[in-house]
Order: sequence, then structure tokens, then C-alpha cells
Amino acid sequence: MRTLFRTTPSLPVFLAVLVVFTLGVTVLSEAYGIGALSTSFIKTLGKTACLALVAIAMDLVWGYTGILSLGHFAFFGLGGYMIGMWLMYARTELIVLDSLAAAPLPPTPGEISDAIAGQIFGVVGAADLPMVWMFAHSFWAQMALVVLVPGLLALVFGWLAFRSRVTGVYLSILTQAMTLALSLYLFQNDSGLRGNNGLSGLQNLPGADAIPQATVSIWFFWASALALLLTYVVAAFVVSGTFGSVIRGIRDDEARVRFLGYPVEGFKLFVFVLTAVIAALGGALYYPQAGIINPAEIAPIASIYLAVWVAIGGRGRLYGAVIGACVVSLLSTWFTGGQAPDLPLGFYTVKWVDWWQVGLGFSFVLVTLFAPKGLGGLVDLVSHRLSPNRHGAALGPDTGALREKEAEQ
Amino acid sequence: MNGALLEVAAISVTFDGFKAINRLSFSIGPAELRAIIGPNGAGKTTFMDIVTGKTKPDEGQVLWGEVSRNLIGMNEARIARAGIGRKFQRPTVFEDQTVFANLLMALKNTRAPLAVLFYTPKRRDVARVEDLAGEIGLAEQIRRKAGELSHGQKQWLEIGMLLAQDPKLLLVDEPAAGMTLGEREHTADLLREAAKTRAVVVVEHDMEFVRRLDCKVTVFHEGSVLAEGSLDHVTRNQDVIDVYLGR
Repeated sequence: MRTLFRTTPSLPVFLAVLVVFTLGVTVLSEAYGIGALSTSFIKTLGKTACLALVAIAMDLVWGYTGILSLGHFAFFGLGGYMIGMWLMYARTELIVLDSLAAAPLPPTPGEISDAIAGQIFGVVGAADLPMVWMFAHSFWAQMALVVLVPGLLALVFGWLAFRSRVTGVYLSILTQAMTLALSLYLFQNDSGLRGNNGLSGLQNLPGADAIPQATVSIWFFWASALALLLTYVVAAFVVSGTFGSVIRGIRDDEARVRFLGYPVEGFKLFVFVLTAVIAALGGALYYPQAGIINPAEIAPIASIYLAVWVAIGGRGRLYGAVIGACVVSLLSTWFTGGQAPDLPLGFYTVKWVDWWQVGLGFSFVLVTLFAPKGLGGLVDLVSHRLSPNRHGAALGPDTGALREKEAEQ
Repeated sequence: MNGALLEVAAISVTFDGFKAINRLSFSIGPAELRAIIGPNGAGKTTFMDIVTGKTKPDEGQVLWGEVSRNLIGMNEARIARAGIGRKFQRPTVFEDQTVFANLLMALKNTRAPLAVLFYTPKRRDVARVEDLAGEIGLAEQIRRKAGELSHGQKQWLEIGMLLAQDPKLLLVDEPAAGMTLGEREHTADLLREAAKTRAVVVVEHDMEFVRRLDCKVTVFHEGSVLAEGSLDHVTRNQDVIDVYLGR
């Protein structure tokens, strides 16, 4: 831990900010404090922490390893689905047991199971519990699936893609295809996950009806903040040290790393699977706060947003990803929530609900062109970590030779 | 040849009908310095690509080490782990990382992802990296980013990374390109020193530099070996004069 603090100077700062922020929110919450923050806003903050968490995963895979995956929201969504199945099943089971308790004869297990299936799958016109719900009755089994299902998908997909040395834009397209295929599959009613209805009512924890949402929301906020912190520590551990050197080497010059004897494909696969699992855990925390998950959540655009957050925040630095995800998603909530005042231009009134996307698109283009270090680059102005000035004519014949101005310094 | 470290036997490779390598044979002993010269397109770089696994030959064999293991079909990383290090024409160091990190990454050590993740440099690893930095004349720059180094310093850093890998065979592509006279002398010294304990193959255009290396020379032409021997011997060879030096 002490080495981590040394190799990752941002870690203590991040830790302090997160703790202060969490305490602040708790004090301002309805459940444990003065009630200045609404329950829905606390849910927004908790969800934002989950998004920051998955942004760190994206930064690991893209900013550090150079794999522009545009499919990580598939893993996020799958994590949400896995935990959602248990939440929905367990709660429906309680409701069913409650209603059957009034019957003259005690219900058989078969009757209970049929009643649960009818409750959950009535909307898609089915009455049987599909195979994929086999473990839905067990919290621990579904928690294991949160890790296993996205982890295995990433393992198989990554193994196939990296082994054939698919890189760059081709890999990005493949990952988009993966998330699109998954979302189209889940849109079908017979996929066993309620088609386009998705899973709903996830904010109601089974057996916790007596606990007000105000309290539940702050619990989830704490859990999300803790998960974010742990992700930050894990990511800092991965990118510091020789492993971090190797993956940044892969990003900058994959062939060179190969000639050093490192199995590049193995490293890529490790990072891909690790980040998929992190994203899945983020999803498992996010969707109980959102209350509903449907296949639209893992549409290709979602994963592109993820890349936009990381680019705006500044890739290749962990706090950059966190800043990007928080700033962009909170602004997005504000603008699309109808709270932002309209901007009258005289001839035309800019309604932010419609124009926010355009603004986000523009800022993405501007950041890419003029500030490739993103918002995180502002930190360099304070910490004086400036890139060498490489302008001016080269003094030597090859690229990378000392430049005039550099030599004068 | 008996006791050869690397034996390349009658390899050929064709790119879109162009025979880049034509039944080329080559061998080098365990502690030998060798220079390869030849005009552009003679197949020097393709030869290195084949030995390091980047290009697969159409026919022929590449035999390696005491047990004469065939390297064809092995991937680049496995060949590198078997003990062949390569330096490219253009200095390719990891510019975003420090000299120390570059050398540490190259240091002969575990290469498996999980083992690398939990690896912490031991005291002797750090000492070895510092020694190497001294050897290549970058002791003072060890905490600087490689991107801030001059062109010549980057070349040395890359040679240092090769030495850190501790390969049995070093393949070096045009190490002196773009260097000042003083830098060339230092580079030649480094290579001669390295060749005392391992095999070193240097591809070079610059005759003056080859003379400084003072070693056996192999002349490539149109994908095969034209002549072999001391520099004076090959420069007197009429064929060599015709295709290369006479122009």
C-alpha cells in the first residue's frame, strides 16, 4: 500500500476527496442528516460513482493498453441483468408467498414456482421460468454469475480477437458488433430476460419493504463509493510497476513489446477480462439504483459514451476517467432533466434537452483536437508535469532527434 | 558448421512474386561479431524478420542453439524468450516511460502476465539496471523520460535494453544511422564488448563503421550471400565491387 501511494500520487488525494464527499453527502441526506439532498439526487450520485468506476475500467483498457473497446457497456449491462434476476425473483417470491398464504391448503413448491414465473413472465406471454433463471433464487449464485458471465464472454471474445491480432479500428468495430448483437438478442421476448421490458422494480430490495428508499439510497451510495475506491486502488496497482510499463508499451508499440519476449496477447486478454469484470460489478451496483434495466442500456451508443467520458476526462490517467465520467454524466442529467434554463437567441430558443447531445458532440471534437489530455490535463498545470517541448526543426536526420529549442534549454 | 549458435539453411521468401530471399544460408557461432552489408533490397532486414519470427519463410530452416531447435513457426515473443534480441533501424524505445522503466521492462525476468503483475523489482534487479545505464552512458538520465533523450542516446538505450534481455544472439539493424562521430565510436565499443560473451549480427551501410567493428563481414545481394570474409577480403572481391562498391 505504501508503494502504491508512492507510485500513484493521485491516490491519497482521490481517497481524501472521496471520503470527504461521502461524509458530506451523508450529512446532507434525508436518512442520516439534515435532508438537504433529495433521495433521487443521492441515487444520481450513487449511479455516477458506478459510472466513474466503469470509466476507470475503460481507461485501463483504452487509455493504458490502447485497446479502444466500444463494448464495455455490454459487460456493465450483463452485470446489471445478473443481479436484477435475483432481485426480481426474490421479491416476486415474497409477494407470491404472501398471497398464497391466505389459501386453505399450503402451496406446493411447484405452485410457487409457477406463480413466480407467471408474475415475472406474464408481460411477454410466457408462463415457464426459462433455463437462464435456474439460479435466480440464490443471491450468492447470481453474484457469482455477475462475475462469471461477463468474464467468460470477455475471455472468449478477447481470446478470439487478440489471437488473430485484430487491432485498432477493426477491434473497435468488433466490440460494437458484440454489444449490438447482445442487445438485439435481449430485445427478443424468448431470450428469457423479458425482452424490451427488461427487468424492473430493482430498487425494491426483497424483504426490505419497511426500510424507506431514502435509507436504501444512501446505503447504495456508500457501497458505490466503496466500490469506486477499491477499483481505483486495483487499477493503480495494475498500472504501476512493470505490468503497467508493459501495457503502456503495448499501447505505444506492440511489436516492440513482442520482441522483448512478452506474450502481448496474454496481457491484452488479462486487461480485457479484468476490466469486463470491473464493469460488470459496476453494473450490478448501478441498476438496483436505477430501478430498471432493459436491452436499450447496452445499445452500441452507451459504450461510445463511455469512450467520450474517458476522452473528455483525459485518458491514460485514472483520475481523468473519474473526472470525465462525473462531469459529463452529471451535466447530462442536468441538461436532459429539464432543469437547465432555455437559452433564448431571439430568432431561436435553444432547448437543452434537444441540444445537449450536440453540445457534447462538439466538446468531444474540441477536446480531441485541442486538448488531447482532457480535463485531467488541467492538473498538469498545477503539478508542472509538462510534456517536453518538441517543436522546432529536428537537429538529427531521424524522427525523434533533439529539436532545436529543446537543445537550447 | 559444428557448434553454430544460429544456422539458417537455404531459406527463401517471396513477396508478391518478388524473391526477397533466395536460398540464403548463414551461420554464426556463440561469441562472434558479424557485420552484414549489402545494397538496398538485398534482403538484410527480411533476413532479420525471418530469424525473429516476424516473417515466415516459404522454405528452408532456421536452427537455433545446441539442440538445433527449429524456430520457424514460433511467434516473436517465444523466439525472443529463447534468446534472440533485436534492435530496429529506427530507435524504438518507450518514449512515455523513464530510462529506468525501459531497462527494467527489458530485464531478463518472468514474462507471464500474472507473474509480471505481482513482480516487484529486487535489489539486484535495480542494481543491474543501474549498471546497464552506466554502461550505455545514461546513468545521469536514468529518471528522465526516454522521449526527452537525443537520437544517439535513444539508440544506446535500445542497445541497453537488448543487453538487459541478456540474449545469446543480438541482431542490430543500422545502429550508427544518424549518429555523430563520437557517438559512433561509443556504439562500436558497446557492440564489440557485447560480442565477447554472445553472438552479435550488425547490419550496416556505413563502411567506416564496419571497419571500426573489425570483424568478419557477410555481403548480401539479391537475397543470397555474395561473399564472406574480412572486410579487406570482401572489398577486393570483384563481384562485390560490381554490385555494391563500384557504384
